Amino acid sequence: MKEDRSKETMEYWRWREYRKTVSSQNWKEAIIVAAGVDVGSVSSKAVIMTDDKILSYSIMRTGSNSPDSAVKVMDWAMEGTGLTLNDIKYVVGTGYGRINVPMANKAVTEIACHAKGANYIWGPTVRTILDVGGQDIKAIRCDGKGRVTSFLMNDKCAAGTGRGMEVFADLLKIPIEEIGEESLKVDVEPDPVSCTCVVFAKTEAVGLLRKGWPKEKVLAAYTRAMAVRMSKLLEKVGREKDFVVTGGQSKNIGIVTRIENIIGLKRLPMPHYEENGLDPMVAGAIGAALYAKAFYKKSQVA
Amino acid sequence: MITAGIDMGTQSIKVAILKDNEPMSQELVFSGFEPTRAAEQAFEEALRKAKFSHNEIKHITATGAGAEMAHYSDSTISMVGAVARAGAYSFPSARTVIDIGAEEARAVRCDEKGTLLNFVVNERCAAGAGTFIEAMARALEVNLREMGPLSLKAEKASQINATCVIFGESDVVTLIHRQEPKPEIARAIYDAMAERISSMVYRLGVNPDVMLVGGVAKDVGFVASLERKLGTDVLIPENPEFAGALGAALFAAKRVGESN
Repeated sequence: MKEDRSKETMEYWRWREYRKTVSSQNWKEAIIVAAGVDVGSVSSKAVIMTDDKILSYSIMRTGSNSPDSAVKVMDWAMEGTGLTLNDIKYVVGTGYGRINVPMANKAVTEIACHAKGANYIWGPTVRTILDVGGQDIKAIRCDGKGRVTSFLMNDKCAAGTGRGMEVFADLLKIPIEEIGEESLKVDVEPDPVSCTCVVFAKTEAVGLLRKGWPKEKVLAAYTRAMAVRMSKLLEKVGREKDFVVTGGQSKNIGIVTRIENIIGLKRLPMPHYEENGLDPMVAGAIGAALYAKAFYKKSQVA
Repeated sequence: MITAGIDMGTQSIKVAILKDNEPMSQELVFSGFEPTRAAEQAFEEALRKAKFSHNEIKHITATGAGAEMAHYSDSTISMVGAVARAGAYSFPSARTVIDIGAEEARAVRCDEKGTLLNFVVNERCAAGAGTFIEAMARALEVNLREMGPLSLKAEKASQINATCVIFGESDVVTLIHRQEPKPEIARAIYDAMAERISSMVYRLGVNPDVMLVGGVAKDVGFVASLERKLGTDVLIPENPEFAGALGAALFAAKRVGESN
């Protein structure tokens, strides 16, 4: 049998890096141009806002050097807009690498930024946010103005995180962006694998594959386990309507559907982000840009 | 009197055969995908080496994660119980025995007779078990056996924040990209693991003498890091990976003694 070489060398974990100019408005007409840069452990995001509108944004993989990643993602967001850094009045850095954002005037925690960003994307009814990042999971409660009222996070373990999903995409040789749909292709939901450790879950998964389980069933067992873990965090923080999911895993329909079933609450629908730029993956960067605008205004008053 | 102990671990199966409490033979076989068959194989091989036949064995005790899979055993004992027995047998002065398996780690407190007094277990996270070192050696692209000696060449350790195998792999890759010296990365890996293990041992209390068993005890890099973290020397028996099987065989002998 002829081997499909391209499949052998394929990086299944690799998700799409992209940029988008959303608004056709001339940024020169804006009163304030502000930006937010979210340097996460796995992905870096930049959002440029003209007053209250998103002008452009970019998402790319974080390299081994945080400051470099911040510069690159910011440059990418500015690409084709005619903007230079000098035109941007204020920049807020956030995320895991927030203290390493060279062009930032200030750093704000990603928890505050995600709440602010979610409030912008979905409106003032948002009360509970599940942010699933590359290396951590956060369950955040906020008020009608997007101010954090409480939160819980899991940041020492890959179980439930985007990185853990990447590991499984590679193991099962299913492209990461199809993993959610694939996991739902089971008639009966299998028992979950270990939800305490990705390494143990992987060992169990390999055992199940050897037993002859189809890939999608193994994936369902893993996705279930991770959804159980995330739901526990949500129950602990106290989930309240309206509920939203941010971060890369907001696009994983397998995870989201299972969480909705477990906690008995539907999330607000995904925005049409390809058109309006409201990608839940950039919620943190949107929040940072909103903070940047507010900080700039304050500095002008003083 | 001949007895046998069998330790059905997640990664490997160990068998120890004793005659009047003296070790006669031992055998290690990887568990693979058919642990029951691997266990039979290990047992046959240990018997052959000791030149005993099946019916000479008075009692077989099984231990380890898959103890119930050794269906020919006469009894079972918990790993913590087995390790406590093996500890006192190898070093009567041992009061704290740390056992690190592939997927689990445990620390037990025992008396000079090997009676189990208290214990703590890590069974939910691979970062505190042998798997961590294996995965990190792969990420560092160093042979597992060479990583220990390599780490001893370092005067200081690189910075690794990871408390998770998955994140640790990315950390190691980042350090390689930054061209940090491999010995310093290796030392950081052992320090991270020793940190996990010592925080588990602290929950039990560090009662000297401290003894280390399990396959990881053969890794000089880890032992050096653990001794630094615990601030005490660590005793290591001759065949540390057989501690569970040895403890089980000792328990088997005790059972025979009681029934007589």
